Amino acid sequence: MTSSTTSSTTTTSSKKSGEGAPVNGQQHGAAEALTLKVVDNVAVITIDVPGEKQNTLSEKTKHGFKVCFERVAADPAIEGAVLISGKPDFIAGADISMIQTRKSAAEVERLSRELQQQLFLLEQSSKPIVAAISGACMGGGLEIALACHYRIATDHPKTVLSLPEVMLGLLPGGGGTQRLPALVGIQAALDMMLTGKNVRAKKAKRMGLVDAVTVPYGLEDAAVTTCKRLIMGELSRQEPKKKLPERAAEAALEDNPAGRAILFRQARQMVMEKTGGLYPAPLAIIDVVEAGTGKGPEAGYGEESRRFGELVMSKEAAALMTLFFAQTALKKNRFGKAATPLDTLGLLGAGLMGAGIAEVTVQKGVRVLLKDVSAEALARGQKTIWSDLDKRVRSHAMSPFERDRTFSGVVPKTDYRGFDKCELVIEAVFEDLALKHKIIREIEDHVRTDCVVASNTSALPITKLAEASKRPHNIIGMHYFSPVPKMPLLEIIVHKGTAKEAKALAVDVGIRQGKTVIVVNDGPGFYTSRILGPLMDEAAQCALEGVALHLIDHAMRQWGFPVGPITLLDEVGIDVAAHVSKDMAPFFEPRFGPRDRSALEAMVKEGFTGRKGGKGFFMYEKHKQSPVEKARAIVEKAMGAGKKDKPYNPGALAILERHGVKPGSKKDVDERELQERIGLRMVNEAVQCLQDGILEGPVDGDAGAVFGLGFPPMTGGPFRYVDAVGASTVVSTLERFAARYGKRFKPAELLVDQAKSGKRFHAKG
Amino acid sequence: MPNKPAKPAAGREAVLVDAARTAFARSNGAWSELMAYELGRAAIAGLLAKTGLDPKVVDLVTMGTVVQDPRTSNLAREAMLAAGMPNTTPAFTTTLACISANVAATSAVDQIQLGHIDVAIAGGAESLSDPPIRLSKNLRQALVKSQKAKGAKGYLEIVKELSPEDLIPDIPSAAEFSTGLTMGESCERFAKRVGVSRRESDEFAARSHVLAARAWKEGRYADEVVAVPVPPKMELVKEDDGPRGDTTVETLATLRPAFDKQFGLITAGSSSFLTDGGSAVLFVAKERCDQLGLKARAIVRDYVYAAGDPLEELLAGPALSVPRLLERNGIAARDVGVWEIHEAFAAQVVANLKLLADKKFLEERVGVRVAPIEVPLDRINPWGGSLSIGHPFGATGGRLLSTASRRLQVTGERWAVVTGCAAGGHGSAILLENPHASR
Repeated sequence: MTSSTTSSTTTTSSKKSGEGAPVNGQQHGAAEALTLKVVDNVAVITIDVPGEKQNTLSEKTKHGFKVCFERVAADPAIEGAVLISGKPDFIAGADISMIQTRKSAAEVERLSRELQQQLFLLEQSSKPIVAAISGACMGGGLEIALACHYRIATDHPKTVLSLPEVMLGLLPGGGGTQRLPALVGIQAALDMMLTGKNVRAKKAKRMGLVDAVTVPYGLEDAAVTTCKRLIMGELSRQEPKKKLPERAAEAALEDNPAGRAILFRQARQMVMEKTGGLYPAPLAIIDVVEAGTGKGPEAGYGEESRRFGELVMSKEAAALMTLFFAQTALKKNRFGKAATPLDTLGLLGAGLMGAGIAEVTVQKGVRVLLKDVSAEALARGQKTIWSDLDKRVRSHAMSPFERDRTFSGVVPKTDYRGFDKCELVIEAVFEDLALKHKIIREIEDHVRTDCVVASNTSALPITKLAEASKRPHNIIGMHYFSPVPKMPLLEIIVHKGTAKEAKALAVDVGIRQGKTVIVVNDGPGFYTSRILGPLMDEAAQCALEGVALHLIDHAMRQWGFPVGPITLLDEVGIDVAAHVSKDMAPFFEPRFGPRDRSALEAMVKEGFTGRKGGKGFFMYEKHKQSPVEKARAIVEKAMGAGKKDKPYNPGALAILERHGVKPGSKKDVDERELQERIGLRMVNEAVQCLQDGILEGPVDGDAGAVFGLGFPPMTGGPFRYVDAVGASTVVSTLERFAARYGKRFKPAELLVDQAKSGKRFHAKG
Repeated sequence: MPNKPAKPAAGREAVLVDAARTAFARSNGAWSELMAYELGRAAIAGLLAKTGLDPKVVDLVTMGTVVQDPRTSNLAREAMLAAGMPNTTPAFTTTLACISANVAATSAVDQIQLGHIDVAIAGGAESLSDPPIRLSKNLRQALVKSQKAKGAKGYLEIVKELSPEDLIPDIPSAAEFSTGLTMGESCERFAKRVGVSRRESDEFAARSHVLAARAWKEGRYADEVVAVPVPPKMELVKEDDGPRGDTTVETLATLRPAFDKQFGLITAGSSSFLTDGGSAVLFVAKERCDQLGLKARAIVRDYVYAAGDPLEELLAGPALSVPRLLERNGIAARDVGVWEIHEAFAAQVVANLKLLADKKFLEERVGVRVAPIEVPLDRINPWGGSLSIGHPFGATGGRLLSTASRRLQVTGERWAVVTGCAAGGHGSAILLENPHASR
């Protein structure tokens, strides 16, 4: 399984190659990614990829590792080694472009094999090797650390360990699927690998992922000292002390084949529930871990490389990786640095949106002046913020005192005193043009002349909003998605007169808030609301034809949306939907035909506003479960019952019925056609947006649809979807639907052009 | 004859710009779940919120507190950090019993006047809902010893030395350490010495409640008391719960004496009650006001701290400090339109007013040559006082300064005197001048 070049150099003879002070050993020149120096009898190997912010594993580092560890093995003066980073982060993972350019699964499998071999050498070295970890230790970086004999992590807040490959549609291909379960147990390992979640130093120590935690300073000294003690035999790696219930669970589910069978079955069931089986990576991870624990390491490592090769070549991974690249690209501000970075944000409206924006801003150390009409209205917003922060306290991500301090950064206001300090004011009041006009004028009376005034609106034209402004060049749209702390997208809307400085500041703020930011041009519904319109319209048409609402939702979830359109309507709010739909009507109806909104309006009148009101198309009211109901729920869960559908709101069904809609009356439903009808209308509108100049490019369009609306991520977005399926196929499907259902399916001209010319939206790759 | 420090040399002017406080609530009421520093935090946060002031411009935070929680002995620091202020701003805590916030305020004012700083927040906070109750001394010592004990036998040795009554906790009493008298007992002695009647005491107490209730009704506190959402439910606490507008002398007359059951005149109805609350006042160097867009409410002209015999003069602070303040500033009592006097007990205020009007006392005891200080009742605490609004020890001074400065604005009067008494026989008197005075 491994070559034996490393083993034989037991160093009993030598004493310190360089006396006293640290001696620079074999230097590979300034441009080397890895350098080695000898401190007493310990080699300190520093990884510091030149010219990069973070260390990633690439061909360059591969060579460096080889040279360094050969020296460690061969040099009798070296009795142990420390692997440390010369950057704030340890190793952020493998360079994805290195994998992405490979042509075949076999080639990738070979690559994985090579890495595995290299790490076997490390693992089997008779000289102890200590990984000294500070900052991000992710993917391939953690796999290297796992192959070391001892791991020390700093308690720096940025120190996180993770195997996030699954998020790119991959699995850890450097032995991670084998070493991690052996180190921390199967359940904990699966949890890390299936979610890609970050583990902080303290937690890592508790679960045995690292062996020691130290302060963020003096890491190298600590690692060298530890290495010396390992050499002297004064110290050896200890299994973490686990609590009795954990030990019992491990004994029952991990230490015997029958238990493991149950464990893997449950894991697969959970993955199916969450992904609908649309993503191959999580299932592959479970398979590979199962192979290793059941059939031994040889089978496990072999399966890991093989499945890694397959996954890298899968269309799901390709799509997820391009999304990752898009997201990374969108983290750069293409309008340049903000002239004055945001220090104080003014925010109008303490509703769910306002509170959400305040929450993601204050956590970045920005003071937020949150204004509303009364202390009561403010307290409701403050409650949202406080309870979200308190959740972080309960998960030990922050202390109660930090929670209180952060919370105090949102300053409740009922007047404009202090707004003269704001660099940016975002208004998040009700979506009404006249009201927003009044608010914009009010804001401008109280802020500096260079203060950017942003409107959080999902559909009101920014050009129209700017008409009320004395300084229209400062006016911009910032369309957040609810709930703001969870939704990754920010859609920034600029009108023709928006100044570059305003764009730079708004984008900078969005990026600091941790959002993926797209910048689009003004137009009815901008981008996201506009492409959502036709999708919702088609869902409504299906309902009108008599398709049951939950079938519509189910079909679209199967297509890859995280929630179905009917549920999404409830999430967005029926009132908001009715409002937007009315605003958009003059724009859409000439193309789609007249639409009757009276059913939606009747629902709003009844108070069926969706999830926020407890009732929409479905019921959300939490009623207190009786002990019997609770017990039944527990038993059903234990017996493996899947998630139940939410109950319908009978009041909403009655309204639909009164308007001549009888969902469920249509019996023969072709799911695939349903998916294509609903899905392609969004895709077609996205292309239309690019054609109309709303979008600057397909990257924004893909990111906006996936991160804002949940467009199936494994497609990579509507434009990737067209590229993958082929524009001509999409056009012919649309034309087929147009013939059957009407002109609303008329394909966008740009789409027809692409079909004719055979061009793609994205370059291949 | 006590020594008489000269009036300080005129330095820069320090002005009171704005103030905020939490509602004052009877202990074990609305604030029972909060620690004292959280009340200080709420007051600071409220002050920053209403003024919109950028916390980065504040150079210093000082806060008074009396019954300290050992976990937050520098309450000012925890309060201002939790209020979201930068950790680069220093903060310290002052303690001088019921005038602790006055000390916090005048310390800040000193630093401004001397040119050390430009902007300060001073106030105080108190929670009497959760006083630090200690274990008995024997038990405490046993616990310390047990840390060094070896094995079960060692522990047993220590436990053997304890008796059952050692398990009774040591509850702090409100008694003066040097005399052993409680505040109430001391006030009985003081009232009788000066000659205060039960009727006078009850009349003053009833007046306090009626005026406080009326002031709330008239919206006098809308600008001063900030609504504070209490986690996790974020229900707002926004009104003092002490004032009882229907209080009459007749109802008070029916109450039994609280401290001296047989001969006493002080009842629960004529005493301030245990209260939780926080206050914060913004002081700024006058020359910085324009730049910060702030408007001065009052200039802090001068202040006096005085002290007397902890047995006979425990509550005579105003009578000991006010005459000197007026004398050395050359201000006649009749020119002072605004008086804010801390009301520990109704009888204590009445006794102090009697002493202030007593020429012999002023000359022989205080050593000043001023006309007897006759203060018209309608200039004293017309918006209620500690008897009705409550008295969170460390925070009261902030409330008095706030109310006095707002009364100056409302009345257009030129001078205000803020005075109070404190354990140890201390008195504090602060002189404010209205820069916008109309008379």
